[in-house]
Amino acid sequence: MILGRIVGNVVSTIHHSIVEGRKLLVAERLDSNGCPTGGYVIAFDAIGAGQGETVLILDEGNGARQILDDANAPVRSIVVGIVDAVELESS
Amino acid sequence: MLLGRVIGTVVPAVLVDELSATPLLWVQPLTRDGKAEGDPLVCADGTRMAGPGQIIYWVASREAALALDPWFVPVDDAIVGLVDDVRLYTPKELR
Repeated sequence: MILGRIVGNVVSTIHHSIVEGRKLLVAERLDSNGCPTGGYVIAFDAIGAGQGETVLILDEGNGARQILDDANAPVRSIVVGIVDAVELESS
Repeated sequence: MLLGRVIGTVVPAVLVDELSATPLLWVQPLTRDGKAEGDPLVCADGTRMAGPGQIIYWVASREAALALDPWFVPVDDAIVGLVDDVRLYTPKELR
């Protein structure tokens, strides 16, 4: 899983049927210090994450299909948690 | 999934049977603010609605095959949907 921050959403009317009724979130990828890495991912939302929130993103297809309960969903990234804090052991 | 812009179409002369019914499009991957990033790639179009100039989102590998119908097909990348708008929150909204 990866850390991300919700920075936007995608509006789409023509799409695969799995997208119907679901929210597509734009999440920037974060490193362990919470800084943006420059990368991003468009993820489904399993928990109701909102703008600016730091989230946990499952970035693996089989797990995502399990959460969506659809063995044929063409989905890899899905927001599965909202992060309060990340604590790092000080070196 | 990532954003991309359709920059052209691919017309194959000979193609494996599994892919013969699927449109193939050139796609330039984009950053979240719409700038080109990385090398263009060929995507199978699962929506059958995309064309040059269209902003789309696409998936790779096994998910790409699952985006198509029939889904057990040999593809690397596939278009899942067309983008009407990418709404990026302002720094003020993110605070």
